[in-house]
Amino acid sequence: MKKTLFDKVWDSHVVKSVPGGPDVLFIDRHMVHEVTSPVAFLGLKNRGIKVLHPERTFATADHNTPTLNQHLPVEDPLSANQLAALERNAKEHGISYWGLGHEKNGIVHVVGPEYGITVPGATIVCGDSHTSTHGAFGAIAFGIGTSEVEMVLASQCIMQPKPKSMRIHIEGEVGNGVTPKDVALYIISKLSTSGATGYFVEYTGPVFENMSMEGRMTVCNLSIEMGARGGMIAPDQSTFHYIKGREFAPKGADWDKAMDYWQTLYTDEGATYDKELILQGSDIEPMITYGTNPGMGVGISKNIPSASESKDSVDSYKKSLKYMGFNENEPLLGKKVDYVFLGSCTNGRIEDFRAFTNIIKGRKKADHITAWLVPGSHKVREAIIDEGLYDILTEAGFELREPGCSACLAMNEDKIPAGKVAVSTSNRNFEGRQGPGARTMLASPTVAAATAVMGVVTDPRTLSN
Amino acid sequence: MAYDKFTKLTSSAVPLPIENVDTDQIIPARFLKATERKGFGDNLFRDWRYNQDNTPKEDFVLNNETYKGKILVGGKNFGSGSSREHAAWAIYDYGFRCVISSFFADIFKNNCLNIGVLPVQVSEAFLAEIFEAVEANPEVQITVDLEGQTVSLEGSETVESFDINAYKKENMKNGFDDIDYLLNLGDDIATFATQRPF
Ligand code: SF4
Repeated sequence: MKKTLFDKVWDSHVVKSVPGGPDVLFIDRHMVHEVTSPVAFLGLKNRGIKVLHPERTFATADHNTPTLNQHLPVEDPLSANQLAALERNAKEHGISYWGLGHEKNGIVHVVGPEYGITVPGATIVCGDSHTSTHGAFGAIAFGIGTSEVEMVLASQCIMQPKPKSMRIHIEGEVGNGVTPKDVALYIISKLSTSGATGYFVEYTGPVFENMSMEGRMTVCNLSIEMGARGGMIAPDQSTFHYIKGREFAPKGADWDKAMDYWQTLYTDEGATYDKELILQGSDIEPMITYGTNPGMGVGISKNIPSASESKDSVDSYKKSLKYMGFNENEPLLGKKVDYVFLGSCTNGRIEDFRAFTNIIKGRKKADHITAWLVPGSHKVREAIIDEGLYDILTEAGFELREPGCSACLAMNEDKIPAGKVAVSTSNRNFEGRQGPGARTMLASPTVAAATAVMGVVTDPRTLSN
Repeated sequence: MAYDKFTKLTSSAVPLPIENVDTDQIIPARFLKATERKGFGDNLFRDWRYNQDNTPKEDFVLNNETYKGKILVGGKNFGSGSSREHAAWAIYDYGFRCVISSFFADIFKNNCLNIGVLPVQVSEAFLAEIFEAVEANPEVQITVDLEGQTVSLEGSETVESFDINAYKKENMKNGFDDIDYLLNLGDDIATFATQRPF
């Protein structure tokens, strides 16, 4: 039978199919962080059981961690308590734990690939919806709730009905200055935030084939924002090259064996999907959002669409614009911005910092802009320093912080104040996501950089080199 | 974690006719710092419900005495965004046992089913009818029958059936969670694990 990439990986992990119900799916890798795990560990304790496969479980602290002075005790007692709970639980169950200050610490979806935990053909879960990031390697990766975290800790399995499959194919190439973030925001603007609900997406076509692994991660990361359970891209030479030699990746004979398997991971010719969407690469320009869900994005040179053009109902469109303090049909270029955030599991990797630095090089941060530059991990931070980006950033008036989720969800001190407008490279522009009353415009690292130096929403393609 | 069995529920409802209610609205991230599952209901819809000085926002439905009940009725695409199960906990802890909408986000729906909140998906037309009926008469009763998989509205002819897989239905009816089931599969899982290539 002809199978899609998704079918191949899913079917090979089914321990049992419950009649009239979900599949029992074996999980190869389980990533754990401090926010969605404590109640799950408590559940194990109440049942008197231990983590079944600690060697398949990896814990890192990221959501709550401060991004300044990480060597000092965490000030917020509730955050400190949650971090301490994760450390205690990891120790008690023999799980590797990369806590605050640890050289491998970072955002869960940044460190997984960095250390070769993420591999093709694997099933990967985490109590965080952006687990879809790992699909960039041809893995089935998706976010789960705390009850499911407990299931996986207890049994290394999860009960899931098999999602339907969807292919998103982009024909041709994208223009100059269009980044993977723009590709993803473009797709979401076409599909809306619920257009892929119930589906697992495979991205195909030359745009994705020519994308770097980090770019693919950005795209797969944002799959959840179109409602999809996850998104994946068939592994190829770029994938294998990226993984080879990383700490937890297979080595020696195991590597050869793994490669034999990985090379079978593609959609068979003639296999069918439940739904297909075909888009043209040449239609995509740098994107920015104007509303309060990630589907409310447009090309940066365009005006805010009118209510009748919006995919949202008139009520929710109006509610959104009111929250943002924007008006129908206004241009986006030139809008005054107060904050710029570069970071998160969407755009907190070294290529994102390179792209940002490339734009700001030889320029200065606009005086009224507060910029938070937060690397996705210690490894990213080190690379920023080693490659000399740090000096260029400092020269231009920027400050580099320590790794964590930071203003992506504003659980730590990094909150955008009420009423302020932020251009953010993260993934969600929901009301209050970046702090109560904060107004978020999602965009790529290059748009964020151009905006940071000009002080207003700026198309990076219009800045001379 | 065990929860109360769900068989049949008849209750008035709390209407929230807003689309794309995301889990950051249901419970903002800054209230996710607990290490126990307690008190999340207090912060349900925190930023829609309270001003920054913690005084209640008069115009929000949870602050309106007129609307009460164990059923929350929300607009299309309810529960999008973050996978935080805390959103479902907050809904349960506040006292809701059922959410009705015309469309649910996947992870949220799973989370609800795992903790004893029944997500009931109805047609757009029926959802509109429910909103109208509740607005006209806040006491109007809605009946959700899990066994028959039907939902009906007092004073209306419409009876809609809703989907739920047979396995989850049994769980909800008995207050079981999946972990008991998985632990019983221990031997099968152990055999499977030894065959995984990595
Ligand atoms: S950076 Fe944001 S989206 Fe990514 S794991 Fe952290 S909180 Fe979640």
